[in-house]
Amino acid sequence: MNTYGWTRRAMIAATTALVSIGGMAHADGHQVLDEIHFLIPGGAGGGWDGTARGTGEALTDAGLVGSASYENMSGGGGGVAIAHLIENAESLDNTLMVNSTPIVIRSLTGVFPQSFRDLTPVAGTIGDYAAIVVNTDSDIMTMDDLLAAYRTDNRSVAIGGGSVPGGMDHLVAAMVMEAAGEDPTGFNYIPYDAGGTAMAGLLSGEIQALSTGFSEAVTLADQGEVRILGVTSPERVDAFADAPTMTEQGLDTTFVNWRGFFAAPGISDAELVAYQDALTKMYDTAEWEDVRGRNGWVNIHNNGDDFVTFLTEQEEVIGELMKKLGFL
Amino acid sequence: MLEGIFIGLEAAFSIQNLLMVIAGCLIGTFIGMLPGLGPMSIIAIMIPVAITLGDPAAALILLAGVYYGAIFGGSTSSILLNAPGVAGTVATSFDGYPMARKGQAGKALTIAAVSSFAGGTIGAILLMIFAPALSSVALLFHSAEYFGLMVVGLSAIAAFAGTGQVAKALMMTILGLILATVGEGALFNMPRFTMGLMDLQSGISFITLAMAMFALPEALFLVLNPLRGAAQGTGGKIENLRFSRAEGKAMLPVIGRQSVQGFFIGVLPGAGATIASFLGYAVERNIAKGDEQAEFGKGSVKGLAAPETANNAACTGSFVPLLTLGIPGSGTTAILLGALIALNVTPGPRLMVDTPEIFWAVIISMFIGNLVLLVLNLPLIPYIAKILAIPRNYLIPFILFFTLMGAYIGQNNATELLMLVGLGIMATIFRFANYPLAPLLIGFILGTMLEDNFSRSMQLYDGLGFILDRPMTLGLLILAAILVLLPSARSYRARKVARNVADGD
Repeated sequence: MNTYGWTRRAMIAATTALVSIGGMAHADGHQVLDEIHFLIPGGAGGGWDGTARGTGEALTDAGLVGSASYENMSGGGGGVAIAHLIENAESLDNTLMVNSTPIVIRSLTGVFPQSFRDLTPVAGTIGDYAAIVVNTDSDIMTMDDLLAAYRTDNRSVAIGGGSVPGGMDHLVAAMVMEAAGEDPTGFNYIPYDAGGTAMAGLLSGEIQALSTGFSEAVTLADQGEVRILGVTSPERVDAFADAPTMTEQGLDTTFVNWRGFFAAPGISDAELVAYQDALTKMYDTAEWEDVRGRNGWVNIHNNGDDFVTFLTEQEEVIGELMKKLGFL
Repeated sequence: MLEGIFIGLEAAFSIQNLLMVIAGCLIGTFIGMLPGLGPMSIIAIMIPVAITLGDPAAALILLAGVYYGAIFGGSTSSILLNAPGVAGTVATSFDGYPMARKGQAGKALTIAAVSSFAGGTIGAILLMIFAPALSSVALLFHSAEYFGLMVVGLSAIAAFAGTGQVAKALMMTILGLILATVGEGALFNMPRFTMGLMDLQSGISFITLAMAMFALPEALFLVLNPLRGAAQGTGGKIENLRFSRAEGKAMLPVIGRQSVQGFFIGVLPGAGATIASFLGYAVERNIAKGDEQAEFGKGSVKGLAAPETANNAACTGSFVPLLTLGIPGSGTTAILLGALIALNVTPGPRLMVDTPEIFWAVIISMFIGNLVLLVLNLPLIPYIAKILAIPRNYLIPFILFFTLMGAYIGQNNATELLMLVGLGIMATIFRFANYPLAPLLIGFILGTMLEDNFSRSMQLYDGLGFILDRPMTLGLLILAAILVLLPSARSYRARKVARNVADGD
């Protein structure tokens, strides 16, 4: 097995060397795992796909993992891949599934019957905060202004988002409304099929405010197209320090859209520790910094038990809110 | 502007960049021929490669080559196998495939290549001149107008129906709209018509339905009907690559109109290449005269040139909101936006001011991508067209493999194959009964967008008020009504005249 591993690694190293010089430079003693097979619950080109491929690239280039392979398995909002991981747990060696906040939301709404508890949570690796933004031309300067406009005429403020009602963007807006002491079901939420069309809706004046991902908001704020009223991080984010947090405006709410990895249920402790070890070491490598910077990801590392605690809390907060919104 | 063009040209014309664009075009064309892999997935695959190049101009040029190559590759499978891999090339198969069946596969591919080139190039010129001015046009349309536009698109379906088939075409459209409602709706977070099956949660996938409606029945018909297969033998003659002078002359005004119309539809972030190609086809069919109009759907040169020009022009047009506002109007431009940001280029109003060299490099790369694609593909066409010269007993398994793989490859989900076969059998029965299948697919594609925009407008205006509140929506709806009523009125009058003549006798 080991000889085979080395031959294969040498082959891979040789092939990579053909494409990129320096591919072999790191293939020395500190390798943690021979191979990882990434299971991606969505199609090529999506957010999950990018996260898995980027992580795999950093892990192999840094020499922490010998080789990485990828499998896209879409369907059922991610449910098909989850069912696959559970049903074939015993035969799926070296498999890590990528997932994110929707696994919590969709298991609550019953899109699929399983939840993160039926899998082995490995670690949350990156994340993105959420933000409420308005058009730069808008009179609304702060969250207070937005809330004041809403209190004057609640139908005059339509807040859009790039997800279905009960999806992430809607929940964030509802959380903010609730933190302000308002009825989370009172405002007019306008769903769009993607972040891009939602942004077009905001700029065209169809909606007055938009609930979106912070990194997307920063891209447009840099260009002077939108004003970020509030970000759901606990403290201001360095990437765009001008954006005030919700908490500093008296709205006690935080939210992070995490992305992370899960293994099949019932894997051995040794295997779990090896995965976590590889991912933890990854943060200190230049290769990860390269991938992370290129994708504009924020390191939010939640390992093992911390990850489970975080997921449990998020599930509780979202579950309660969804009950109030009438989705559960 | 001239200065900018020179900066862009300087960046583009290095040996390295020319090799990039050639590599990009070849990769894009060949992968793009596989129906499951549209421009979006191919670009997603190529992004890491492009980024390792380090130089933004080189990366953009490579990606532009891949993008245009993939669009052209998609037309190839539409024309040769009736297997449209992306929604934007569905209309290409309406006349491209009949033409290929008549033994003019080479000519059809040449027409597609030339009109794609013309659409892309004219689009790029328009982009160069009007991009900054058009950013406000892109924001002119609200959900209500998009709803109106989709209704116009649907009503144009009368144009896709053969004579006397309007009722059948409308029924098939409605069936398409019904199929589009499967899965989670836009405004209600609730699975509909999924029969409890998890695989139907996100609805029926476009590629599965397209393969089931077009490619699969085609293969089954080849098996069931050996005589048709005999006619297929003429497909082997591919030496006839050129279109005649007269055909060129017929194409010219179509290309002129459709490159402009397609470009402007592409500028709207919620419309895109699919709508542009359908509307382009419908408009050209409606304004064509007698004989030429009858030719549509049977291998018309105009009917092939129109959607091919329009979808390429629209793809170029979609760069207006991307570059000037930073808004991606389609999945592909969303992926490209990600690539640009990774290259430290942030599209938006300040792109032209802050980093004009990038803006111009993108535009110049479009010209180069289009040109290289044409130069590269024209000599390749005879070899690509030879696919149809494969004997029937090898061709059928080839089409079946191609079709099944197309449905499977994007999703890696075996249930898609079952759905493909089931829907394919349904489509074959429809074909036996002489029901047109294209309206079903168009209804399906437009259905989701129609519903999304309609429900969004309802939510924003608390009801149907938007129809009267927004004059442009009302205008579009009236236009749609005219489009539906006009052909019926025309045929009614023709029938009446015919009857009077008969009475007179």
